Amino acid sequence: MMEKHVVVIYPHPDDESFGAAGTIINYREQGVPVTYLCGTLGEMGRNMGAPPFANRETLSKIRKKELVDACSELDVDLRMLGYRDKTLEFEDRRGVAELLKGILEEIRPSLVITHYPDYAVHPDHDAMGAAAIEAVRMMDPKSRPTVWAQAISNDHLEELGRPDIVNDVRPFFDKKMNAILCHKSQASGILGQFQENWATDDMKEAAKKQLGKEAFYIWHFRE
Amino acid sequence: MTPIESEKVQQLLEMLIGKDVYIHLETTNGAYASHLNEKAYNVGAYIRNAKVNFSQAKIIGNGNSFRVGLKIDWGWIYAEGLTDWTLHNESQLLLAGHDREGRLMVALHISETPLGE
Repeated sequence: MMEKHVVVIYPHPDDESFGAAGTIINYREQGVPVTYLCGTLGEMGRNMGAPPFANRETLSKIRKKELVDACSELDVDLRMLGYRDKTLEFEDRRGVAELLKGILEEIRPSLVITHYPDYAVHPDHDAMGAAAIEAVRMMDPKSRPTVWAQAISNDHLEELGRPDIVNDVRPFFDKKMNAILCHKSQASGILGQFQENWATDDMKEAAKKQLGKEAFYIWHFRE
Repeated sequence: MTPIESEKVQQLLEMLIGKDVYIHLETTNGAYASHLNEKAYNVGAYIRNAKVNFSQAKIIGNGNSFRVGLKIDWGWIYAEGLTDWTLHNESQLLLAGHDREGRLMVALHISETPLGE
């Protein structure tokens, strides 16, 4: 099915590139508009570049620039929601959901991509996903977009079963890698972990093995 | 940031004694520690823009890794594992400890004005 407009809702600069860049690139190549609602600036991240070029006080500005560059590479519209890294789960969930609902009613997307609450490892992922799903739940059932929720916890296959959507994004991997590399302060630290897991000298090959498929569960609203 | 020059840092700490200052104190091993290694624990804490006034301040270490202790009215502020420093905006003293991969493990910032959002 041709989507009308896709909205991606994640909390951190780089979640879009690691988690959904291939899916996003595929939609953009079909001419489908994509908007990224990015919850925070990732200002509490511990990766400072390797070797470090950022510090805790400069990180927000650096990651904001990286986010803008990655969204330009992915050719998506970007809206920054202005929450602070690591604090999303302590915000009023209803308030976050209301903010998201307002934006969704304005954009009227056919598809929303977010994290699967409680199966997304980082507390900000869980909180952002829960607020996004709450926002869609509060919409008129007739005008709700489809929601794809992304689970990344180690137990998600056992607990949730096989994902409904598995996008093989290896055909788009060069561009996905370019988007990831826009996040200079984060990329090498995270990619390095994949390299250890896959025991290869080629960072891109290791990344492709880890990130070559993007999987999502279709969220079912029970009413 | 650059490797800590303890004499310079000590001088800057002493200039802040007796002044109302804003502190950022943090330690973290990341939100993915137990995701990447099931035997690991996720541990972290931070306090940002706590306003304090200290009467004594020292940096002590072995040349690579340093501890800082600040004596405040009713207690202490303490950080261990500090490796690097910089002066941010020419006046905010930033101290941090990084691991081999350059990831932040601990941070102590001291500023006469509130630290940025």
